[in-house]
Amino acid sequence: MSLYAVQKVLFQLNNDAAARQRFAADRDALLAGYSLTQEERRALAEADVGRLHVMGAHPLLLAPFAGRAGLKWPDYLAALRRARDAQIK
Amino acid sequence: MPLAFAAAAVHAPGITGRSQNATERQREVFFPAYQRLRERLEAARLDALVMVSAEHFTNFFMDNMPAFCFGLAEDYPGPSEDEPFLKIPKTRVPGAARLARALATAVGEDVDIAHSEELVLDHGFMVPLHLLTPRMGLPIVPIVINCLAAPRPALKRCYALGRSLRRAIEARTERIGLLACGGLSHWPAVPESGKLNVEWDRAFLEDFLAHRRDALTRYTEEEIERDAGPGGHEVRAWIVVSAATEGAQGEMLCFEPIPAYAITGAIATLHV
Repeated sequence: MSLYAVQKVLFQLNNDAAARQRFAADRDALLAGYSLTQEERRALAEADVGRLHVMGAHPLLLAPFAGRAGLKWPDYLAALRRARDAQIK
Repeated sequence: MPLAFAAAAVHAPGITGRSQNATERQREVFFPAYQRLRERLEAARLDALVMVSAEHFTNFFMDNMPAFCFGLAEDYPGPSEDEPFLKIPKTRVPGAARLARALATAVGEDVDIAHSEELVLDHGFMVPLHLLTPRMGLPIVPIVINCLAAPRPALKRCYALGRSLRRAIEARTERIGLLACGGLSHWPAVPESGKLNVEWDRAFLEDFLAHRRDALTRYTEEEIERDAGPGGHEVRAWIVVSAATEGAQGEMLCFEPIPAYAITGAIATLHV
């Protein structure tokens, strides 16, 4: 578990257009630069915001990331809620 | 010169970005109140406005997170958010660079602060500016507080910053205003989004208006998180302004819960 690295990736993608371009061109290549578990790598590559939420990624990092990944606001909130409910069960 | 203007107001991105989502009645209460604040600001004929807002991962990350950061730049780009999201066009806001440096130096006698010549303004600054100075002509001194990544600055240190700021401002000859920008209780970008704790807000505001230092700074981090949500940590900006205006009569221009903006639409002015 490397929550710091997960959040660092989100911060870079939210704030750095060049990082976003690299991510769009080759996700694995960009993510290879960070110390991440397989699960974290997959959640970031697939923009699985629910998974990232239960991992503990800060919502103010997640929301802009989700928006740029094309997720509409109600869908973003629903994805978080589903992931959280699934974890509680 | 004494402070020429002091106020505190919410800055949620929904205010401009999803404006129509509030009910008509809520909008009829909230936006005219912001307009009244604008009229007071204009009547104060300010040379510069010191703005205190929260970090939202716009400028800083946990690799290097300042508790308090003063902007010292000649101007600032903003908003950082895309225009379709915030509905505020990209622009540059002038900075009061010489004043900023003088205030940072004076405050440094009391509180350790960071400074930056590369701050980017996010909704925290740009939503209030869009409503108060839409021509973006008033030079600002932006101050960013870490309200999101624990450990955050202690509430007592925020109060100390406010007192120190007042002394620093009063030593200057310019006409200077002070504005806190931020929410009271709110749960931004989490499944509870839209939840408010209006009673908590009311109690906090009573202490804010009366400059009750002990009451304003009594909350633990866990209590804020539980009762005022992850966004509740932004009350630090309000605490700075309450401290900077000790002795001044406060007045609420608006107190209107607006779940569609994920905040209570709180706007206060201090008769400094």
